[in-house]
Amino acid sequence: MAFSEQEIRQLARLARLELTAEEVRMVGPQLERILEFVQQLAELNTDQVEPMTTALDIQNCWAADQVADGLQRSAALANAPQADGEHFLVPPVLPGGNG
Amino acid sequence: MTATRDDHGRFPFETIIGLEVHVQLKTVSKLFCRCSTKFGAAPNTQICPVCLGLPGALPVINQQAIELSIRAGLALNCRIPEFTKWDRKQYFYPDLPKGYQISQYDLPICAEGYLDLPETDTGEAAKRIGLFRAHLEEDAGKSMHDETGGLTQSRIDLNRCGTPLLEIVTKPDLRSAEEARRFLLELKLLLTHLEISDCEMQEGSLRVDANVNLHISAGNQKVVTPIVEIKNMNSFRAVERAIGFESLRQYDEWEETGATIQTVSKRTFGWNDVREQTFVQREKEESADYRYFPDPDLIPVALPAERVDAIRAALGELPSQTRTRFETQYQLKPYDADVIVNQGPTLVRYFEAVAKVAGDAKRTSAWIQQDVMRTLKEQQCELNDFPIAAPTLGQLLRKVTEGSLDNARARDVFQYLLRHGGTLDEATKALGIEAVDQSELDLLCDRLLAENAKVIDDVRGGKQQALGALIGQAKRINPNVNPGQLRQRLLEKINAV
Ligand SMILES: [Zn+2]
Repeated sequence: MAFSEQEIRQLARLARLELTAEEVRMVGPQLERILEFVQQLAELNTDQVEPMTTALDIQNCWAADQVADGLQRSAALANAPQADGEHFLVPPVLPGGNG
Repeated sequence: MTATRDDHGRFPFETIIGLEVHVQLKTVSKLFCRCSTKFGAAPNTQICPVCLGLPGALPVINQQAIELSIRAGLALNCRIPEFTKWDRKQYFYPDLPKGYQISQYDLPICAEGYLDLPETDTGEAAKRIGLFRAHLEEDAGKSMHDETGGLTQSRIDLNRCGTPLLEIVTKPDLRSAEEARRFLLELKLLLTHLEISDCEMQEGSLRVDANVNLHISAGNQKVVTPIVEIKNMNSFRAVERAIGFESLRQYDEWEETGATIQTVSKRTFGWNDVREQTFVQREKEESADYRYFPDPDLIPVALPAERVDAIRAALGELPSQTRTRFETQYQLKPYDADVIVNQGPTLVRYFEAVAKVAGDAKRTSAWIQQDVMRTLKEQQCELNDFPIAAPTLGQLLRKVTEGSLDNARARDVFQYLLRHGGTLDEATKALGIEAVDQSELDLLCDRLLAENAKVIDDVRGGKQQALGALIGQAKRINPNVNPGQLRQRLLEKINAV
């Protein structure tokens, strides 16, 4: 399974990683090795197996709808690169957004 | 058949609309942590390691969010699958601290369903709108950008992060802006009735995205225009106007550029409420790039049939059923039943309580629509703060029905009660309203007839309307006299002579 340079750049863009040309050449073969390793699973016939969504053998863990204390604002903002005492500050974003 | 251009020079076209509606579920805590969901708190005061996406935090599902989602799904005629799970939707945005949103991809909590729109008083027929699905997901935070303060930085408030949303996705079954508005009104009525959501667009507890395109019959060919998703509409009116604007914009764009669904991919447009225009936000959708995968931090949900059945049994009467019942039980016209039911459960309860005491549902319906609803609107108050209790209004209307109080006097009492509250007895006493007994009525009639011989002749000559002058005089002598009773007694006396 070979990656084109374009595919690597697209993956990097989605992950917000800035890769140099050198890094793109380096990462490609590494990703290929990882996928080849996982590819071994394809040897198994899974036609009759239901897709598994969790490795845990439990279901239905819930919490009651009750409010509990969270973080103090000062604590929540303490590690932010930038804050104004009330908000996290980030480089300008246009209104609207994603999602 | 070949389609030709109309008076505006346009070929016939049909607007195809599908809606994605996000409603905030009425829980007190968030979907995966126990931070408060209260609206309007100071920024970043309702956050914790889970909704901030700090390393090592473990999300736990809010049971009430599951309950409310199933309730919504059942009311929307959705199939509730026995198994549902959580997936991560990856994207980067400053108001999404985890770098992914927990959502549901291939196994949503509510599968296919539909919502029936009732027929309207303007003659629009009833219509069934299909739903693809409804899934649970967490909300993102809020980013604020102050353009006037220079474009240096944006401020982020993460209070809303993790608030439970149910995203309801319709099939492309809607055919006009007005129909989209009807759908939203009916959906809001249903979800507020069941206390699933407040559905307040202004507070963000209901948000709508509309997918719009056109099917144009140009000559003998069928043209499909590129799909546009409209965002940022902040009221039902805005949704209606945005879709109306967008459908004509797409028609013009097709005439100008020939763009079709084959040549232009889906785009995202915003809605400018001031200019009343849609505008391009994103040229290309990148939906394939969210790279959903099952969230390993969360456990799947199994919903045994018994649990779903229990929620179904507790649903109670839905607004559409109330409409039908009002028509049969109270013989209300569909329009009147619709007006009352559309006001929501509080007014429905008020109506029924008044009608029960009054013993006259049609009169109750008329008074509630004309007097109660108008007052609420004029005084911008909620029914919960309305000064006239349902039994009091019921007693008042019973008196009107029985004939012991005429409409005009009853309205005086209504106004008095509005201003002063209290009981019906207190109001009638304060207004000097006393029942006029038979002997008083007889005396009054005798006096009037003695003083107005000509009226007697006129009535005998077939001019019953001549009695009107006597009723006016009687009202001046004794305002408590009931015009109907007076009229009847006068006639008896004239005919007896
Ligand atoms: Zn939290």
